[in-house]
Amino acid sequence: MASTDQGVTSPTRARITERTLRQDRWWLQPLTTFVVFSAFVVYATVRAFMGRDYYASPYLSPFYSPCLGDCVEGASDFGQPFAWWPLSAALIILIFPLGFRMTCYYYRKAYYRAFWLSPPACGVAEPHQSYSGESKLPLVLQNVHRYFWYAAVLVGLVLTFDVVLAFRPMPAEYAVGDGETSGIHMGLGTLLMILNVAFIWLYTLSCHSCRHIVGGRLRHFSQHPVRYRLWTWVSRLNTSHGKWAWYSLFSVAIVDLYIFLLATGTIQDVRFF
Amino acid sequence: MSYTLKLRIWRGDRDGGEIQDFPVEVSDGEVVLDAIHRVQATQAGDLAVRWNCKAGKCGSCSAEVNGRPRLMCMCRLSDFEQDETITVTPMRTFPVIRDLVTDVSFNYEKAKQLPAASLGPRDADGKRRMAQVDVERGQEFRKCIECFLCQDVCHVVRDHEDNKEAFAGPRFFLRYAELDMHPLDTHDRRELAQGAAGLGMCNITKCCTEVCPEGIRITDNAIIPMKERVVDKKFDPLVWLGSKIGLRTKDDEGRVEV
Ligand code: SF4
Ligand code: SF4
Ligand code: FES
Ligand code: FES
Repeated sequence: MASTDQGVTSPTRARITERTLRQDRWWLQPLTTFVVFSAFVVYATVRAFMGRDYYASPYLSPFYSPCLGDCVEGASDFGQPFAWWPLSAALIILIFPLGFRMTCYYYRKAYYRAFWLSPPACGVAEPHQSYSGESKLPLVLQNVHRYFWYAAVLVGLVLTFDVVLAFRPMPAEYAVGDGETSGIHMGLGTLLMILNVAFIWLYTLSCHSCRHIVGGRLRHFSQHPVRYRLWTWVSRLNTSHGKWAWYSLFSVAIVDLYIFLLATGTIQDVRFF
Repeated sequence: MSYTLKLRIWRGDRDGGEIQDFPVEVSDGEVVLDAIHRVQATQAGDLAVRWNCKAGKCGSCSAEVNGRPRLMCMCRLSDFEQDETITVTPMRTFPVIRDLVTDVSFNYEKAKQLPAASLGPRDADGKRRMAQVDVERGQEFRKCIECFLCQDVCHVVRDHEDNKEAFAGPRFFLRYAELDMHPLDTHDRRELAQGAAGLGMCNITKCCTEVCPEGIRITDNAIIPMKERVVDKKFDPLVWLGSKIGLRTKDDEGRVEV
């Protein structure tokens, strides 16, 4: 797999045949990324195409929110403009979070390394003969990331609304004790959704495009004190952007799984009040 | 306490070479460069190695230690097990001259292609002024010691000799970013960064940031912001429209493309 005489073994370089002399377990990180991302993609694909078990009142799965297709009763808080859509309602909106993450600077780094091995790790020769990075089609399209960010802010607002709705009383069949169903309610589902939306916001607001938009694009911080302040806040979040990317990936999957288990009747919601 | 280090060093020149064993007496608290110097003093008087400050500030002693780009003078032996073999090679991206010394002129060529700052007119009193926040922004980039370890590790040129022509490398993206953020500079280098400097070839995999001995967050603070600035100029129709109908701030005004 060593890259040919184009790279570290090309004629002018110090003659060393190994593609890397690293002795640490440099393959561990790309391998982990590969396994976890693949698992998520498989899970998300299955769930997105399923088209059922995404709503367990009052909880709506983030994969299906907003539910704009021919959704089950109670799931569509923004109407059903796509009621004619024959496939799963998740497929209508999933392009936005999917596009956002696919063009994310952090995810790009992670999947270029883990899936495309370009490079698999620092100082480890990549297997490709030629390379043009993000300078040509299709990868030059990564530059649309900021538009997905705008969409992601809207998605974040919708998911926040879902959390508010998750405090609604549950329908009678879920009632505990003496059958009381009125007033507000909070269950494990609500808690999971709060955590999820927190991670989603941390991820969305720590985005590099966000950092640029709020103030990074300026050349005179001194003349824009408010934007400068915003920029310093986003910059602080931005240092952990990769962490928020992972946390929010897990939290989305966990919330969806929890709702799936509720909707299929496999488990009962743990109710706090 | 001293012990015998299992040291291996690449020796050779443009015509060929190999990694050779140089077991050498070292003591705790020493760095790789000390071991190399001891080999030079006791076993191989003609071993070629470049160094100067021994304090991580001149950027001369760049090499690869166990396959990772490092400054030899900042690479502590105590970071390794005493029975571990340490292999030192020259940087593998640049043409080798002899032993651990490489020809880094690629970087000086790239530096020449980068238009220097061009400042606007002075204030009425003959001075130029910059606010403190604007000065601070570029300070991180000015910590660069030009060790070129980032250039060495960057797979764009490390693994593709043919990209050297079209790619300036992370050290110079730092410079592009610094100048593009500079409130007094009148050049607009965004087209140049994307075109001649090959910013689009970087796939932000962050190896430059991982190896920088000055801890400069090259990718997050220079390359990605620069990519976003290029998007403003080349790929974002809304920004373009906004600037045509006067919805944008006047922040960019007074710059001319180079
Ligand atoms: S982030 Fe870009 S410039 Fe830095 S090493 Fe990776 S490809 Fe090269
Ligand atoms: S940016 Fe860092 S790694 Fe690159 S030349 Fe400067 S100090 Fe060295
Ligand atoms: S979401 Fe990761 S950089 Fe924008
Ligand atoms: S000798 Fe100056 S940086 Fe190592």
